[in-house]
Amino acid sequence: MQTLKIVVTGPFASGKTEFIQSISEIDVVSTDRKISSDAERIKHQTTVAMDFGRITIDEELILYLFGTPGQKRFNFMWEILSEGMLGFIVLVDSTRPETFREARRILDTFRSYSPVPYIVAANKQDLEDAWPAEDLRIVLRVESSVKVVPCVATDRESVKQVLLELLYSILELMEDE
Amino acid sequence: MALKGRLEDFGITQLLNLINLARKTGTLYLETGGDSAELSFREGKLIYATMAGVDSSLPAILQQAGIFNPEQVQVIRAKMASKTDREIAQTLMTGKRLQPKDVAKSVREHILGLVYQVFSWNDGSFRFEPSKLPPSGTVNASIALESVIMEGSRRLKEWERLQDELPDLDISLKFAERPTTPLRDINLSVEEWRVISFINPRNSIRQIAQFNNMGELQIRKIVYSLIQAGVVEVIRPPRPTAAASGTARAGAGQAAPVSDEMRRPAVKRGIVQKLIHRIREL
Repeated sequence: MQTLKIVVTGPFASGKTEFIQSISEIDVVSTDRKISSDAERIKHQTTVAMDFGRITIDEELILYLFGTPGQKRFNFMWEILSEGMLGFIVLVDSTRPETFREARRILDTFRSYSPVPYIVAANKQDLEDAWPAEDLRIVLRVESSVKVVPCVATDRESVKQVLLELLYSILELMEDE
Repeated sequence: MALKGRLEDFGITQLLNLINLARKTGTLYLETGGDSAELSFREGKLIYATMAGVDSSLPAILQQAGIFNPEQVQVIRAKMASKTDREIAQTLMTGKRLQPKDVAKSVREHILGLVYQVFSWNDGSFRFEPSKLPPSGTVNASIALESVIMEGSRRLKEWERLQDELPDLDISLKFAERPTTPLRDINLSVEEWRVISFINPRNSIRQIAQFNNMGELQIRKIVYSLIQAGVVEVIRPPRPTAAASGTARAGAGQAAPVSDEMRRPAVKRGIVQKLIHRIREL
C-alpha cells in the first residue's frame, strides 16, 4: 500500500478545514475547539491539531490531505507535516487582505521546507468582497510559473479543480525534466 | 468587483503597486480619521486626485503653482464660473495667457502633492471602484506610478513595516529579469544609485550597506523602494543543509532561505496520472 500526501496550508480561518471536508471520503479527523479572544469574531472553532482527510485512489494507493494547524503556537508542526509531501496548496481568504502578508510568509516557509510544486487557491471567491485571483498573485508576489486558482472551499467541484491544478503542475514538472 | 480593506493591512504602496501591475482603471477611495481622498487611474496611470478640504479646481492649482496671483484667479473664476476646468484651460491657452506645458506641470504637481500626503496614512479604509473615473471636464494627467511609488516609499517612515517586509539583510539582490518599470521613468537618488551599483548576486544587502556606509534603516528603505518599483528582485540562497548549518529544522514561522527551483516529488508519472483520473471521477 502506497500513501501520498498533499498539505493544505494558509492563514488562520482561510478555509483549510472546509477545503478538506469538501473532498475527503472520510469524516475529516480534526480537533476543532471552541476559541475565545479576538479570533472569536472570525470563526467559532479552529483547528488546534490538524485536519486529516483521505481519498482512496485504488486498492494500493491512498492520498491523504493534511491541513496545517490554524493557530500560531502549533506552527512547530508545519515542518513535520511537510515531510514527504507531494505538493502543497496555500489557501488564502480572498476577502481578508489583512491576512495576505501572513499568507506570503507561510508560502515562503513551506517553500523552504521542501521545493515541491505548489499552488495558491484564492478562497471565498463566491463572496462579493473577494479580491480577484490575479490580484492576489500580485500582492503575494507569486511567480508567473505558479498557478493562482479561484476557489470556494465549501464547493466540492471547486476543491477538485484546485487539487487537479496542483497535480497538473506536478505532471508538467515531470515533463520538463 | 470592488477591492476594499484596511490600510493597516494593505498599505498605500502595495495598493499603488497592485493598480500599476494590474493596469487598473478606476478610482481609489481612501479614508483615515477625518480625512478622505480619491485617486483616479487609467490603465495603471495616475490621472487625477482630490482630497477633502483641498481645492483641486484648475484656478486654485494655477495659483498654487504661482502662475496666477489671487486677484487674477478671482477674475478668472468670476468670468468663467460656468465653465469646466478643461474649458477654462482651453480658453486661457487660446488667449495665450497660459502655456499647455504649464497646465500639465501644475496639475501633475498638485496630484503628486496629494498622493504623497496619502502615503502617510497608515490606518483607515480603502475601496477601489473599477471603471469609475473623474467627472468629465476635469484636467487630468497621466503619471506613471513607478516614480510615485519610489518617492512615496522614500517618504514612508515606517521602520517596523520595512523591517517586516525585509526581515533578512543577508539575502542578495538581482536586477529584475522583466522589469515592470521602464528605466527612463525612474528617478533615482544618489544613494539609490550607490546601492544599484553594488547589486550583484554575490553581495548581500548587508554587505551593500557596509560598502556604502549606510545604516539598516536607510538600506531597507532603498531596497524596499527598488523592489516595490520592480527594478530589483530578491535572491534567496539555497537552504543550507542540516550538516552545514547545524540546525535541521527552521523555527516555525521563520522562513529558511528559499530555493526558487522546484523539484518534482519522488513519485512516478503514472501515479500522478492515477491521482488525476481518480479526482476527476469524484
